[in-house]
Amino acid sequence: MRTGLRKWSLWLGAAALLALPLASSAQLSTNDLAQKLNTESHIGNLTGHAKDAAMDYRRYCVGCHGELGDGNGENAVWLDPKPRNFQLGIFKCRSTPTSTLPTDTDLFDSIGRGFDRSNMPIWNTLTKQERADLVAWVKHFSPRWANEKSGDPIQIPPEPEVTPERIKAGRDVFARVQCWKCHGVQGMANGPSASTLTDDLGRPILAYNFTEGSRPKCGDTDRDIYKIFMTGLDGTPMPSFADNIKPDEAWDLVFYLRTFMSQHSKEKDIAKQLGLKPVDPNAPVPAASGQQ
Amino acid sequence: MHVMRRLRIRSFATFATSLPALSLILISVVLTCIQPANALPAFARKYGLRCSACHESWPMLNYFGQKFKDNGYQLMNDRDAPIWQNPGYWPVTFRITPIWHRVSTGKVLVDTYAAGSTTPTGSAVQRVTTSGFDLSGLDFHTGGTLEKNFSFYVLPSSNNAASFHFETVMARLDNLFGSPWFNLKLGKFELDNLLSEKRILTLTGNGGIYQLYHFTPQGDGNIFGKMGDNQLGVEVMGHSFNDRTRYSAALLSTVDGTPGLPYGSNAYSGYFTASQAFDTGKAGVQRIGGYAFVGLAPTTWLTQTGPSGSTVIPGSGIGNKSFSREGIVGQFYFGQHVDLQVVTQHGSDSAWFGQGYGDFIDGIASGNNTTGTTLPPGSRSPTWNGVLLEPHYVYSPQLIFIGRFETIRMSQQSTPGTPQSFGNISTYTIGYRYNPFMTSRAGFAWHNEYNWLHQDGTGPSLGVNAANINTSELLLGFDFDF
Repeated sequence: MRTGLRKWSLWLGAAALLALPLASSAQLSTNDLAQKLNTESHIGNLTGHAKDAAMDYRRYCVGCHGELGDGNGENAVWLDPKPRNFQLGIFKCRSTPTSTLPTDTDLFDSIGRGFDRSNMPIWNTLTKQERADLVAWVKHFSPRWANEKSGDPIQIPPEPEVTPERIKAGRDVFARVQCWKCHGVQGMANGPSASTLTDDLGRPILAYNFTEGSRPKCGDTDRDIYKIFMTGLDGTPMPSFADNIKPDEAWDLVFYLRTFMSQHSKEKDIAKQLGLKPVDPNAPVPAASGQQ
Repeated sequence: MHVMRRLRIRSFATFATSLPALSLILISVVLTCIQPANALPAFARKYGLRCSACHESWPMLNYFGQKFKDNGYQLMNDRDAPIWQNPGYWPVTFRITPIWHRVSTGKVLVDTYAAGSTTPTGSAVQRVTTSGFDLSGLDFHTGGTLEKNFSFYVLPSSNNAASFHFETVMARLDNLFGSPWFNLKLGKFELDNLLSEKRILTLTGNGGIYQLYHFTPQGDGNIFGKMGDNQLGVEVMGHSFNDRTRYSAALLSTVDGTPGLPYGSNAYSGYFTASQAFDTGKAGVQRIGGYAFVGLAPTTWLTQTGPSGSTVIPGSGIGNKSFSREGIVGQFYFGQHVDLQVVTQHGSDSAWFGQGYGDFIDGIASGNNTTGTTLPPGSRSPTWNGVLLEPHYVYSPQLIFIGRFETIRMSQQSTPGTPQSFGNISTYTIGYRYNPFMTSRAGFAWHNEYNWLHQDGTGPSLGVNAANINTSELLLGFDFDF
């Protein structure tokens, strides 16, 4: 009797050991994703292949973005801001109009640039090919890419010369489109709406504080800043102002925003010489250029 | 960090290999069936990144991990300062490794006894083999940032009897003048070896170190040229934004990392590295660089005669003589799974070291280079060349297979007439590390390794000319940290 029991317990133990790996590998959604491993990305002359990115994604990304790209990696609960949910196909940093898919280059640049004030590192130690492969991998999570094409990048006119007039005009744009409501009159993210902001998923989100010295999320060149308010940061309360701001005015606004930033700049020097005052929220809203 | 040294202390336990070995193999089979995950402690907890983000296989760094280290343990995401952390976060990690190992050493000189005699009647040479369960020492790693661009690392480390010393104590000013090209480190730290011995993937007594980083010729009295040992000094280091280009220059006290200035009264050395990496598309990033370790170390010591005889006065060493180690380092990647790490070395010591002068204070040197001392006629600088090849097969971030071949060949013996091969070393190591889980909270590796080392002519002669010694070690264990 005892021998029989022992035999049974041995068999049960062995069966349990064998079942362990089988049970943990049963991930149906992963199988679904496997169908999309032929997804490609195109960045210049580079072609990225999703199938080649599996190991890099597992090595570098999965802890935050999750096996299924849903932003629910094991660390997500501890992170703020939360990791991107790739399944939604919604991205902040784009060169394309609001609500459209970003270009492959936009995603490629985001990986290499990282995001200040978040846990997304600067992955510029990866080769360009690895980053292109990861772009394809990111795309394979969302059905949007199967049904839509990336938007066309917005046209950015050449950057004009910084002048005192342009900086003052930029201040008028800042007042007119009411950037101060979130970013504050001095760009310190303390506008009256700042504390009420939430993203599309209802999670609290902070406006960008221009004065604290960190890089803007989507890049710190003048063109990057131009793109931010002309394309909007999809998924956040930051809308696109493409319908409200003319391209030339957009450059004025870029120059004015530079005066808030802690880094030394020509714009800051000019603002200092002008003795430029912050916008007055109670003052009449300036008219758009070309309007009477 | 210095696991291999602690593993050198071998237990002479019962020779009962078969059952434990079988059990451990069975455990390894079961473990390799378990599904994913992984770990990395203090930094991983801070940033929410898995071990694999920074480590090719823990503890060996990948390029991203190297950049993180070069940035002063910062991601440069404007959230590096401790003010952004939960106040409860304390950047501490411990690491320890329980193991079973079998060590076999050839040509050990042992006493022999005549029948019925309890006193040795002679000597013989025989192989000594021992096996048993054992323990590494314990490391407490604490490191990170004190403020943005102010980083630190403190590592109290023990042997397996819990006797602690400071393996690393350093503070670093990062990104001076707002540039990654200027970083200043002061304290006791690892030299800027691209192939880091402190992050070695192997654990056995001889395979757990890079022989190239510690080699000295037989009879040489210089203990100061050991680039694998952490050193006391100051280092300026810089790198490009993506870390493809790196350089470092360190000024060190020639004390082999021993605090208290026990050796020379005025002995310094320098360690210099530079490297460049190239993006080669599908193959990966290839890095090539060079290093030079040059210095002066004392050979003459003041002594003091007291009631118990003559003793050496600590810190009194003068009569500095030179030494140098230089070579190239390559990190070559062949796709996502295969890489090859290469280090070469040409080493040279002053003839004085070669003739046994040097560390008199620890009794390493056979003589004191006092006034009037002359070298034996024909004495020369001992020189040698070595190469280290370490291929890896990374099956996944959780499973890595490791191989290593090292050989060091004397090119010139200090004493004419000494066999050219005397003291040469060749060693092979193979093994694998399997991380059954991978998270950002802890690290655990199931480690299997075999090392074989051959050294020419250093065994007891006893009538056996050119007594070559072969030593081998098999090791299985759990390497974990939290």
